[in-house]
Amino acid sequence: MSAAAVVERRDRASTRLLARVDTPLPRRARSELLAEIDASGLTGRGGAGFPTARKLAAVAKARRPLVVANGTEGEPASWKDKVLLSENPHLVVDGAVVAARIVGAREIVFAVGRANRTVRTRLAHALNARSDGFEVGIQTVPERFVAGEESALLHHLEGGPAKPTIGRPYERGVLVQNVETLANLGLVARYGSDWFRERGTAEEPGTVLVTVLGAVRRPGVAEVELGTPIRDVLQRFGGLSALPHALLIGGYFGTWVRAHDVLDLPLANAALKPLGASLGARTIVVLPHDACGLRESARVARYLADESAGQCGPCVFGIPAMADALERLDVERLRRLAPQVTGRGACAHPTGATRFVASAVDVFADEIRRHRQGRCCGANHDPVLPLGASRDWR
Amino acid sequence: MTMKIRVNPILCDGYGQCAELLPEVIELDEWGYPIVPRGPIAAGLEPAAQRAVKMCPRLALSLERAA
Repeated sequence: MSAAAVVERRDRASTRLLARVDTPLPRRARSELLAEIDASGLTGRGGAGFPTARKLAAVAKARRPLVVANGTEGEPASWKDKVLLSENPHLVVDGAVVAARIVGAREIVFAVGRANRTVRTRLAHALNARSDGFEVGIQTVPERFVAGEESALLHHLEGGPAKPTIGRPYERGVLVQNVETLANLGLVARYGSDWFRERGTAEEPGTVLVTVLGAVRRPGVAEVELGTPIRDVLQRFGGLSALPHALLIGGYFGTWVRAHDVLDLPLANAALKPLGASLGARTIVVLPHDACGLRESARVARYLADESAGQCGPCVFGIPAMADALERLDVERLRRLAPQVTGRGACAHPTGATRFVASAVDVFADEIRRHRQGRCCGANHDPVLPLGASRDWR
Repeated sequence: MTMKIRVNPILCDGYGQCAELLPEVIELDEWGYPIVPRGPIAAGLEPAAQRAVKMCPRLALSLERAA
């Protein structure tokens, strides 16, 4: 599947992030730009949802700030950053320029995954076609699940392996910002915070890119307003192609939820919170009724175990132990493991993996019972959840 | 001023000395890595905590002011 192939045919009038913007960036004072972004309520679109203005303000205090545009997208079930970078690289570069002006950086590094040549070529083409007065470069990063975690990314840019470190880059004067966040900066700088807030909800303003995979007719990437009912979001992907069993929301650090619990909720963290779920980087996988949620989850748990950077004991030992226990359907063991793993790494990897596994045990409780009686619901189904395959850290 | 213990999980190799020096505060997980409480430690335990920090063979522990 190439990035371009998964893009939905778009109505140019209905998209903000994927439409080419031809007007020049307005020249505005740093403080004015920062105030505009603060008023917009824009939060990081990479998954963690940190308020963008706060991060910008922190880095603006540094002596020699650096801007890193993070387009690595190591999550195998997410395509939105690859689509954004290949379809609309100029808007991302615009946003990086806005960020660099605000924090006072002279240099911008664009970090992208090593595997996708389309992304790299189109970004390079865009950079060659403009001169913003900044030192710019593209760095390719190993396709590992945690390589895009901001400290891991910085570690790699500084010549190390793409493994997390202690401490946050913004405390060291490095602004690592997801490319979709930057695209939004490019828009807010032009059209202002009131315009930005015309879409979305009051608490979660704006539009977002969503990747939807699994049991929909046209899997891929689309832009939707925050607050859109999830059922309507799925309609943007051609609607359901099979009776849904469960949805995985937020990718592999995310949460399984029962389809009937979630289809009528709005796409917003406030609505998902009571289910213990959150949007993350807005990957949604629809599991069809005839696939096996346990088999799928066990495969991903093993993948997450293999994707450990191998640095923190509870991650190195804990995630494989959870994958083993999930394969054996040993729920008691999983319950004992969870508090020994969650929150105990330098990065969120062990915490995310624990959340994913715990939600599988919860949502697929009936299947666990049936499997114990020797019946698997979907042993013959092709795998639904995609996995990455890289073995490099450098 | 109350203090809390932090462990750097990248440095920690699970020697487990901290749990021996500070059993009231630190327990080990099943692989031998310390589980430290998030909250502040009792003032009376601070000298023992200082010792645990100094004795860690990987220098993975630190004492920090609790927020």
